[in-house]
Amino acid sequence: MPDTTAAAQRPEFHHSHSAHCESGVMSSLLRHYGLDISEPMAFGLASALAFAYVPIIRVGGFPLFAYRMPPGAIIKGLRKSLGVKMRLHHYRNEQAGMKALDDHLDSGRVVGLQSSVYWLPYFPPDMRFHFNAHNLIVFGRNEAGGYRISDPVFEHTVTCPAADLQKARFVKGVFAPRGLLYYPERMPTTIDYDHAVGKAVKKTAFRMLKAPLSFVGVRGIRTLARRLGGLPSSGTDPRYARLLVAQIIRMQEEIGTGGGGFRFMYASFLQEASDRIGQSHLSEAAAAMTEAGDAWRDFALAGARLCRDRGNSDYAGLAHKLFTCAEREESAYRMML
Amino acid sequence: MKRHEVPQDANSALRGERKAVYALDEEGRYTVVASSGWQVEETVTTMAVELYAEQAEEARRRVWEGLAAPLEYHMFRRRLDIPTLAREVGMMRWRVSRHLKPNNFAGLGNRMLARYAEVLGIRIDELKKVPDA
Repeated sequence: MPDTTAAAQRPEFHHSHSAHCESGVMSSLLRHYGLDISEPMAFGLASALAFAYVPIIRVGGFPLFAYRMPPGAIIKGLRKSLGVKMRLHHYRNEQAGMKALDDHLDSGRVVGLQSSVYWLPYFPPDMRFHFNAHNLIVFGRNEAGGYRISDPVFEHTVTCPAADLQKARFVKGVFAPRGLLYYPERMPTTIDYDHAVGKAVKKTAFRMLKAPLSFVGVRGIRTLARRLGGLPSSGTDPRYARLLVAQIIRMQEEIGTGGGGFRFMYASFLQEASDRIGQSHLSEAAAAMTEAGDAWRDFALAGARLCRDRGNSDYAGLAHKLFTCAEREESAYRMML
Repeated sequence: MKRHEVPQDANSALRGERKAVYALDEEGRYTVVASSGWQVEETVTTMAVELYAEQAEEARRRVWEGLAAPLEYHMFRRRLDIPTLAREVGMMRWRVSRHLKPNNFAGLGNRMLARYAEVLGIRIDELKKVPDA
């Protein structure tokens, strides 16, 4: 297991444009420290794909909709599946947290951070919401005392003043980052892809098909479809119904998913995995997952039309599209078992 | 989704930034494509942004009518709601709700105001007022 303390001799850091923050950060960090792993591979090996619709947890006044596992699951999942030893530090004291970051940069180490999206000034104003589990990489400082950042969801590297980065790292609330800073400490020398892929794929399929909860996995998609099909009911404000649909689509498309609520990224993982370990059933599953992603895009398109056009209240049609998503996903997961 | 189907609708919410999307190339291989955005995303993002803006405007009017405290305006302006603000300042929701009432807000000490100002990223004197139009 090569140690990463000799970080100063590392080559210059390369930014790459990713769909999702956590998988993007992990892919870039691992590549920097010597393990060539794509974003979809990082996402898939961590078994990060999911679906959940949880009405009792409210996010900004709406039920929780999730197309992936909770924040931190990719970092944790890759530790297990690849055998990477990660170091994770939280800081109670803000100055200590900033100093630790500076010390790592001084020693030539590139690190990942968790942050809020709202307080990062380089985000476009309309994309700034109070989501506290964003991930980014800091790879240097500039002359003005700001930080050079590789934010995976941006096409190019950005810079951020120290005061703003500090605020973004130490916000409180749901998913409070508490200054989280992380980096790989020891890298594996070889990876048994046969084993890692087989395990990760089964885990995802099992969770999506067999979770004994009505709000998780394929069952969760169907539960949501039934809820939408019942709209607009007498007890629901028509305006709220539209905002609810908008919220689902935001979680699916806007919040860095690579399109179709991570389904295309996952299909890309299945394709890559199939090539690597030569198992044709995974390439069939990739094609099925692509169809599922297309169904989700179709749903989003119809949903946005409903949001825009006040005369349109075809919730039944929307529910039908969601049932199609559930059906296509189910067939993809069956191929993965 | 195929590469040529990736939307390039110049979503105004992205301000010229592009996002990475996974799509199939001509050989059926997955590849990363930079997208200038999708009309669908623009619609739903704008709805979310406008909801907060409307709530802030409504609160601003109510402050002038003496029905709400300036804290309510600043909360919505920062795209927060009561549960989220309560989590960020580390208080119970009912306490934050109380502070949204003009009389209770007027009675807050500087230490309490400083906690709100810190979370909202503004100064205490800014927290105590709202714009007039």
